[in-house]
Amino acid sequence: MKGYSASGVLSAVVKGRGGVSVSHSKNTQDCKITRMPPPEKVVLPMQQHIGAPCEPVVKVGDQVKVGQLIADTDKFVSAPIHSSVSGTVTAISEVKLANGSVSKAVTIESDGEMAVFEGFEPPKIENAQDLIKAARASGLVGLGGAGFPAHVKLALMPNENIDTLIVNAAECEPYITVDYRECMENSANVIKGVVTLKKYLGFKKVVIAVEDNKPQAIDLLKKQINDIAGGDKDINIMALKSKYPQGAEKVMIQSVTGRKVPPGKLPSDVGCVLMNVASVAFIQRYIETGKPLVSRSVTVDGSAIHTPKNVRVPIGTSIHDIVEFCGGFKAEPFKIISGGPMMGAAIVGTDIPLLKQNNAILAFAEGTFKIKPERDCIRCGRCAQVCPMSLMPTLIARYAKSKEADKLTESGVMVCMECGSCAYVCPAGLPLVQHMRLAKSVIREAGAKK
Amino acid sequence: MSVNKKLTVSASPHVRSPHTATGIMLDVIISLIPALIAAVVIFGYKVLMVTIVCVGSAVLSEYLSRKVMKRHQTIGDLSAVVTGLILAFNLPVSIPLWIAALGSIIAIVVVKQMFDGIGQNFVNPALAARIILLVSFPSAMSNWAADSKFITTTATPLAILKGEEAAEAMPSMVQMLLGTHGGSLGEVCSVALILGGVYLVIRKVISPAIPLSYIGTVAVFMLFAGKFDFAFVAYQILGGGLLLGAIFMATDYTTSPVSFKGKIIFGIGCGLITSAIRIFGSYPEGVSFSIILMNILVPHIERLTTAKPFGTPKRDRKAEKAAKKAEKEAAKV
Repeated sequence: MKGYSASGVLSAVVKGRGGVSVSHSKNTQDCKITRMPPPEKVVLPMQQHIGAPCEPVVKVGDQVKVGQLIADTDKFVSAPIHSSVSGTVTAISEVKLANGSVSKAVTIESDGEMAVFEGFEPPKIENAQDLIKAARASGLVGLGGAGFPAHVKLALMPNENIDTLIVNAAECEPYITVDYRECMENSANVIKGVVTLKKYLGFKKVVIAVEDNKPQAIDLLKKQINDIAGGDKDINIMALKSKYPQGAEKVMIQSVTGRKVPPGKLPSDVGCVLMNVASVAFIQRYIETGKPLVSRSVTVDGSAIHTPKNVRVPIGTSIHDIVEFCGGFKAEPFKIISGGPMMGAAIVGTDIPLLKQNNAILAFAEGTFKIKPERDCIRCGRCAQVCPMSLMPTLIARYAKSKEADKLTESGVMVCMECGSCAYVCPAGLPLVQHMRLAKSVIREAGAKK
Repeated sequence: MSVNKKLTVSASPHVRSPHTATGIMLDVIISLIPALIAAVVIFGYKVLMVTIVCVGSAVLSEYLSRKVMKRHQTIGDLSAVVTGLILAFNLPVSIPLWIAALGSIIAIVVVKQMFDGIGQNFVNPALAARIILLVSFPSAMSNWAADSKFITTTATPLAILKGEEAAEAMPSMVQMLLGTHGGSLGEVCSVALILGGVYLVIRKVISPAIPLSYIGTVAVFMLFAGKFDFAFVAYQILGGGLLLGAIFMATDYTTSPVSFKGKIIFGIGCGLITSAIRIFGSYPEGVSFSIILMNILVPHIERLTTAKPFGTPKRDRKAEKAAKKAEKEAAKV
């Protein structure tokens, strides 16, 4: 197995290449997660995330309870969906999602009881296969935002080529504080989850990576490692420099292990599995209770929100209902973002449902963010300096406009994760992320023609 | 799903840094002010006349070119002001004002706007204009006479050093630092130029890579050329347009490489050409020519130094060689 590369870590730290210092705006970091009362109805889209959509296993008129399976599929890259309220299935219809795509969805009208399904019990875990099966049954997907079905990653284990589990608690996006709250409020579950994963899946080392702007979380987790894991030397907390996008998969792997994931490869190719900290804590809860993923924490913040909060919300609740629980809008919202301000998506209305992987709802009044007028590129090179993937965004933008597929392929734009660092720093206010997306589509089109 | 017409939908990122192109140009202007004040003190108020004419005609040229070409107006980004200032810094105080104005027009219209404006020109506009003026009006461009109590000599230190004005005495080191000697109006006061450079580096407007590699290369070259005479090295660094060129002109975004490696190559190249011209050429000065020549090489430097995308495996030349050898041997058999 490839060792940890000290020089790799060193080069990441010393060169300081890539990334930007954005304002943290962690306004809600001291807001305890509050549980939201059941909404009148929830809408559960069958396509929650990357992968195959589920098929409903309930029909209109069925009575369901919290945690009852309502949709599943036999496809591998997918996760089952469970009812997040108790009540009646009132519709199975097509709905539009935040990204504009259309998905079949199950609408459940809540009876306000939140009666829990009687059928589930804690899974018996004796080996890796049991744990992977349990992860799938729980409906867990990456809670950090990417929403990749968790069992797919875990199914790589046990594997002698993979030695490290990295628990991602960096939370480098501004405003979002749910992972921090998870560390502060459920630290025991986090560490217990780490111990369970390490024990059954055979990771040699676990690193919990936190940005150094969260010293309290670091101290608390350290204490819990001592108390719960008996000071296991192979479970470590690592404080990473607070620099966006520290939490991005490839950036984090380099910061923690010094290894670089080559273009087109996966973390497992360099011996790593990454999991979000809330996902790890959830697995532990599932193993203890057998209650599947029916709710999640979201940060509700922004200049247009009356009372910013961290809220535990039944999945499928509409953005409208969540904002109402936070006192509604105190100013006319100018832009509403699902996710963080760097990578989140601006949404067109508030009646879309919360998905499993949505970690924040941010609503901003007009004038909160200054809009830079778009000017000509002055070739200052700041975009290339901050690109964590060592790309040349301004050059790629030029090739994208002239649709030069060969030059674009050579430029490596396919490794771009659209973190937005380039557009953030651009003094000319160029929409570089859009240019990167255009560049990728030019390559795909050229590939399709061949 | 209902669509709220009042919500703004745009691509991420939704936050932007406060930096703007105008802000960067403003920083450059601020960094040039110490040298401008020094020039006024040393050469008198005529300096302001030359500067105003250069800046004014640069901005006017930019405005009119954009208007004639029916392009969006760009005088607001202040880059024309910077070009005008830098051109003024490259002229002797005795310059007839119409020549100064002509220089600005050449810089903006021919060198910058004919190549589609900011970010597109392949050589530094102020420098190209200076060279055109230098070859068109050689006597006006090297008339160092000044109506100033500080200037006792009409020769530049480098010309004296070169032996062109053997009768004149070399200025002292203090004079070299303060700038009380003959030369272009913005190049003489070394202290003010270094101050401006430090400001630009602190404000992260420029990387110190180009100025340091440029000046460093000249210093090493001159150390050998002057047979380890340190005073000679100091005169070479402080005299002529080296500081002005290395700090303010070689670092021009549009005409210098983006990558760190590229910047170092660019700086060393400028240093070598400057030194070669100063030692072997007929001109006592070589900064303008060397930067322009390196400007032209920038696309090639960029192609050689562009970073590989994150995680691209290093080219294993040994393995490649071995594979080629094996192939050849296989072909023989």
